[in-house]
Amino acid sequence: MSPAADVLPRAALPAVAHSAPREVEPTASATAGSALLQVDGLTLEYATHDRVVRATHRVGFEVHRAERFVLLGASGCGKSSLLKAVAGFLKPREGEIRLDGAAVREPGPDRIVVFQEFDQLPPWKTVLGNVMFPLLAARRCSRDAARERALDALRKVGLADFAEAYPHTLSGGMKQRVAIARALAMQPKVLLMDEPFAALDALTRRRMQEELLSLWQEVRFTLLFVTHSIEEALLLGDRILVLSPRPGRVRAELNAYEFGLHSLGSAAFQAQARRIHTLLFDDAAPGTAA
Amino acid sequence: MTLAGAPLRPEFERPLEPLVDAAPERPLPLAQRLWQRSALRKAVILAALALLWQAAARLADNELLLPTFTQTARALAEGIASGELIDKARISLALLLQGYLLGIGCAFALTALAVSTRIGRDLLATLTAMFNPLPAIALLPLALLWFGLGQGSLIFVLVHSVLWPLALATYGGFQAVSETLRMAGRNYGLRGLRYVLQILVPAALPAILSGLRIGWAFAWRTLIAAELFFGASSGRGGLGWYIFQNRNELYTDKVFAGLASVILIGLAVESLGFDTLERLTIRRWGVQR
Repeated sequence: MSPAADVLPRAALPAVAHSAPREVEPTASATAGSALLQVDGLTLEYATHDRVVRATHRVGFEVHRAERFVLLGASGCGKSSLLKAVAGFLKPREGEIRLDGAAVREPGPDRIVVFQEFDQLPPWKTVLGNVMFPLLAARRCSRDAARERALDALRKVGLADFAEAYPHTLSGGMKQRVAIARALAMQPKVLLMDEPFAALDALTRRRMQEELLSLWQEVRFTLLFVTHSIEEALLLGDRILVLSPRPGRVRAELNAYEFGLHSLGSAAFQAQARRIHTLLFDDAAPGTAA
Repeated sequence: MTLAGAPLRPEFERPLEPLVDAAPERPLPLAQRLWQRSALRKAVILAALALLWQAAARLADNELLLPTFTQTARALAEGIASGELIDKARISLALLLQGYLLGIGCAFALTALAVSTRIGRDLLATLTAMFNPLPAIALLPLALLWFGLGQGSLIFVLVHSVLWPLALATYGGFQAVSETLRMAGRNYGLRGLRYVLQILVPAALPAILSGLRIGWAFAWRTLIAAELFFGASSGRGGLGWYIFQNRNELYTDKVFAGLASVILIGLAVESLGFDTLERLTIRRWGVQR
């Protein structure tokens, strides 16, 4: 596949499921009603032995259908906590998360998470069994239908030949592909990815990024992606939420529609990367709204 | 111009030629492949032990104290042929199985309670701390008082011997299940008993299996010991009773045959039961080597 075909320019995409007009303008914001996932004034806290730590402070953002939304920040900015809150594992201290208009209260199969850790795949199930597991656990469909969907998803990630293998026989990249196939088979409303490629070697990571983009071209899922890599954010994201550290607050929301594998190293890419770098590291505004 | 030290070398690219004479993999020699089988290695150990026994008994030359391996083997064969040993073993195993299964059920209920509530966790911790060190056989006099001379008392001590070690091992296994796997399970919408059965139990299976092994060994030794004690006042007993009776009549070779049966049954359950279970589950899943 040529890099140009990998990431089409935005204008060439069919406007399915987009009720709000999309503009490639940094400050463009869509109308509130049409967003699939709405996060409002979200404050997250976690307790250690002797204190309560604020992970994020009144963070808000909106993710639209078929959008690739990236949460970017240094470690300790609460981006993983945000993702866990959207997944339903963390209860918000303040604020609300709404998915399709309904408040998120607990974990559920409409938001499948792809974790960074390789042990997210139950080792007692084969690759096929792993992809079928959430479908059966959520009683989404019959065993036969689940098998069909699982095999289809495995074909999409190129692992159809490994359907009967056990996870411990796979490499890290293959395990993450299984985790992605499992998420795709579930057809969740939103796919949550928590630094899924961070534990992979650099070459495998690049390959997985390419594959994720071409899968998105094919399936058009809604993606919420957490990363600490500026390059990965620009490469994979449509829109990037830049978070400040300790506690996480919104520093900026930027567009990255025009960037893909073809634009790596281009001047515009470099400029946007430098801009994000400045936002993350040069705390130009000491009295940020706390 | 070259830099000081390192000479400037020409660049080159090389087309990849297919491998012809070097095979990517080749089989191990036969002897090494045979030695890979643990059954063979264990058989060699057993044969060596039997040889040692035979030599020691020949040296002692007192069949009342230490019969030879061949004498014991003959007594064992006779016992099996006459059906007496088989019958005794059947009585023992039937009792054992009842106590074992009941103990597993109790252990599972207790640990399920312990993972779902905090008071259940405290209950399990307190009870295991109290009862795990208590030898099951020490409860037998009390059990005889409560349940009378019969199967009830034996099953009571068997449950006691299985319950605590298994509950401890299972609970420990549940605690060790990784946070990611737990979150994945909850992400799929699993909760309650389905969550325990579909995520916690398989993930904790290495610990559970080791608990089952320990529970089995405890139950087996408790049963034989209880039969030695209990059989003295009952006409019908299992293997323990067989050992006790033959010692009274100074048939030392039969005592050894009884002991050998206890050991053989233990070995068979270990290798046919637990090892097979392990091979089909945790080894295949790669969670234990």
